[in-house]
Amino acid sequence: MTTLDSSKEIQKNNSEVNETHEDFRMFGLITFLIADGMTFAGFFAAYLTYKAVNPLPDGAIYELELPIPTLNTILLLVSSATFHKAGKALLKDKNSDSQKWLFFTAFLGIIFLICQLFEYFHLPFGLTDNLFASTFYALTGFHGLHVTLGTLMILIITWQSRINGGRLNSQNMFPLEAVELYWHFVDGIWVILFIILYLL
Amino acid sequence: MTISIDPQKTNNESLQPKGWLRYFSFSLDHKVIGIQYLVCGFLFYLIGGTLASAIRIELASPMSDFMPRDVYNQVLTLHGTIMIFLWIVPVVNGAFGNYLIPFYVGARDMAFPRLNAVAFWLIPPSGLMLVASYFVDGAAQAGWTAYPPLSITTPQSGQIIWILSVLLLGGSSIFGGINFIATIIKLRRPGLKLMQLPMYCWAMLGTSLLVVLSTPVLAGTLILLSFDIIAKTGFFNPVLGGNVVVYQHLFWFYSHPAVYIMVLPAFGLVSEILPVHARKPLFGYTTMVFSIMGIVVLGLVVWAHHMFTSGTPPWMRLFFTIATAFIAVPTGIKFFNWVATLWGGKISINSAMLFSCGFIINFVFGGITGVALAQVPFDIHVHDTYFVVAHFHYIVYGGTVFIIFSSIYHWFPKVAGKMLNEKLGILHFIITFIGFNLCFAPQHWLGLNGMPRRVAEYDPQFQFVNQISSLGALLMAMSTIPFLINVFLSVRNGKDAGDNPWNALTPEWLTSSPPPVENWEGEAPLVEEPYGYGKEFSEQK
Amino acid sequence: MLNKNIYLIVIISLVFAISFWIGFNVNLLPAEASINAPIYDELFKILFIIGLIIFIGMTIAVVYSLFKFRKRNDQIGDGIALEGNLSLEIVWTIIPSIIVLLIGLYSYNIYDRMGGMKELNHNHEMMSSNSEKIWAGISQTSDNQVSNNLSIEVSAMQFAFLFNYPKGNFISGELHVPVDQKVSMKMESKDVIHAFWVPEFRIKQDIIPGQPTILNFTPTKVGKYPIICAELCGPYHGGMRASIIVEEESDYNEWFNKNKKTEVNL
Repeated sequence: MTTLDSSKEIQKNNSEVNETHEDFRMFGLITFLIADGMTFAGFFAAYLTYKAVNPLPDGAIYELELPIPTLNTILLLVSSATFHKAGKALLKDKNSDSQKWLFFTAFLGIIFLICQLFEYFHLPFGLTDNLFASTFYALTGFHGLHVTLGTLMILIITWQSRINGGRLNSQNMFPLEAVELYWHFVDGIWVILFIILYLL
Repeated sequence: MTISIDPQKTNNESLQPKGWLRYFSFSLDHKVIGIQYLVCGFLFYLIGGTLASAIRIELASPMSDFMPRDVYNQVLTLHGTIMIFLWIVPVVNGAFGNYLIPFYVGARDMAFPRLNAVAFWLIPPSGLMLVASYFVDGAAQAGWTAYPPLSITTPQSGQIIWILSVLLLGGSSIFGGINFIATIIKLRRPGLKLMQLPMYCWAMLGTSLLVVLSTPVLAGTLILLSFDIIAKTGFFNPVLGGNVVVYQHLFWFYSHPAVYIMVLPAFGLVSEILPVHARKPLFGYTTMVFSIMGIVVLGLVVWAHHMFTSGTPPWMRLFFTIATAFIAVPTGIKFFNWVATLWGGKISINSAMLFSCGFIINFVFGGITGVALAQVPFDIHVHDTYFVVAHFHYIVYGGTVFIIFSSIYHWFPKVAGKMLNEKLGILHFIITFIGFNLCFAPQHWLGLNGMPRRVAEYDPQFQFVNQISSLGALLMAMSTIPFLINVFLSVRNGKDAGDNPWNALTPEWLTSSPPPVENWEGEAPLVEEPYGYGKEFSEQK
Repeated sequence: MLNKNIYLIVIISLVFAISFWIGFNVNLLPAEASINAPIYDELFKILFIIGLIIFIGMTIAVVYSLFKFRKRNDQIGDGIALEGNLSLEIVWTIIPSIIVLLIGLYSYNIYDRMGGMKELNHNHEMMSSNSEKIWAGISQTSDNQVSNNLSIEVSAMQFAFLFNYPKGNFISGELHVPVDQKVSMKMESKDVIHAFWVPEFRIKQDIIPGQPTILNFTPTKVGKYPIICAELCGPYHGGMRASIIVEEESDYNEWFNKNKKTEVNL
């Protein structure tokens, strides 16, 4: 950029370019999420293979309790909807509304994590008990890591969307849209995980 | 239109150091990053080559007498890991991809320059960490495949460091892949159609798809493996009810595509080099594009041919045999097309051309043994023997490394503005070609006759052939000397290259050599026919 | 033009002749000592000849182009602007596809003849002990002596093979088998992955911990052959070897009875 004359001109040019080019940061994020999804796909494949090929030792068949994960599924699905609401509110320049919805989404995420930890502490098996236990913790743990990361990012963009001095507004929607896409992705993975791990 | 195509680029470049120092900085310039990848990769190549020499010295005699047995296993593990993850993958993707792709799509930088720099700067620390693990408590010693249960039962610290550094390198590779896909798809200069892109773009697009789809699976697998090592879970530990074959499936789901991650960019590079020096258009552009995509699709569904002796069910063996053998079809098309590109040209016999032709000959040989290895009954005898070692060195060394050298001879004038010495270059080629074939061709016989791979000691009847092989390795090691001399001499006082010494038509030659910071003074040229040799407008140039 | 075609035909037939000659006269393989080996060598020969034809042909094409179309000093300008030839490209897509398909079907046939595609025959002796899952290695049936299988249990460990003869109730470090009799081995690993490889038999099977695997073979030639571990199993991997001794039935029985007596008392 040093070849250009002044930083002012660069700013102008950049905004021009932004208008003419579609924003490919989203494209990069989608590519990344595909990659991330492949990690989960690998875990799922391993889990299903273990289930088909490696029988558990006698007396090691654990029934998973359904109430908490079902509640968790509902929590995440609702949080996807509330996040969507937050985006719509921001688009209409209703920053404080948006902030409320975002905060509520993050709250749902935190509840999800608490429920997950609650489930962990009340399960009759530990990480190293058997193959099923290990894969269960690996899958839910890896997903939980994603939820934790997502919740933190939601809290950050909640802070950023404050009216005075916030970076996030209807002109700069990208951070919110990116986190929203990520959050929907994490929700989608949870639904697959819920079906494969708890229902099948 | 004199504006930047790239909205990501920030205006803090005046703060970046100039001259040689910028190669040690967190530079966002794709050209600087490309050179960083290349030089960093080459340094690791020297380390990996030293380890290879140690292996060949050990194998010059049938007894295990040069180094302790566990050190030998560490050496072969480090050799494989360094050569794959720190030399070939970063150089053939990162180095040439970063340097060339923005030129080819008519951009001033990659789509995500900052991500690009991060991807590069992940490599040196993880590489150094890997090498340093040897001095801590011994490096990993389960081979670059790290098959459990061996990788679980060998000393832990080395294996954990190995996993950590491969995870970081995989992350670097994924970031690079995302960047390449975004750059090629989204950052093309207005008016430039996909089917007008130079072939290397297609190769990098295919490669990056493979990186994005398969590397995360390796990452997940290694995370599970590290759980097995640290937390004593039983994913891959049969004592705790685990299944070691699942590891092999997941591992090869990445590591077979990794072969294409290593050779597809080489296919792209050779498609750039041959037309320039043969003064002919690339033969069969469209079929080349389709064959790259065919290799990408097939490459994802052939992994189990590495596991024919692992108790896989018969139907699986049959499917993977046929799928693997069919990769020969798109690959074959590419080789026929390259020979047709040469046919009827006006070929300049120079180092770049010779290395490319050496690549064709070596790779055809490696490809033929590859088709043979795909056949289950054939593979059962030679699996895990020196036949396989010879086969994949024909692919990755005889194939990709030859192309890396060819590309260095081809693009050195672009990067440095100076020519490399042709006499030293041809000497380099001759020693490399003879040394390489002397080293690896005899190993096919060794494998067929009963020498397994990864052994420090072997049956004395194989001593003579092993010594021939070691002699070849010595020649290969020596071949680096004329190359290094050549580069140092040429950087200091090489012949001035001018902007376009090869009279090439691909976009990177349509700017000054070395190129300005933003690639072009003014607007990026629209190159609709990157291979339009023999046509009117090319004659004028 | 006619002249050119004649040269081309001569070169192609020369390539074929040389490839066939090398294929039939150069032996790269060790001795054939099992029923598998001649079947394997048949496949090897075919693949070797096809490979040689392609390799020599491509090498000649590249070297010839480099020589014939090299740029002379007085030449300037470019080669012909030939960007492709659809019919030619179709030809070299279809012909390799057919070759590859034929090789695939042929090797499937070979594999079937080796017994690799057969489901495990439910040998009660092997299966009745418990319900554990047995994995199939390559197996083969010899028609004459199905009932007279010799069953051996192989355990592999770092860094040795042990051969248990259940009928004689003894364990040996050497594998003794009678010639021309089908041997059925149940292989298990005690620690890491090993592999059972006898180059002269052209068989190899990974011995995977947690997966007892059946491997059948029928030796055809008296002699002593190496058993090699082919899967990296630790520092002494290179030294992990044993011997298989194929002997006449009388010699085998003598050896068997000698060992049986001493070991049964234990």
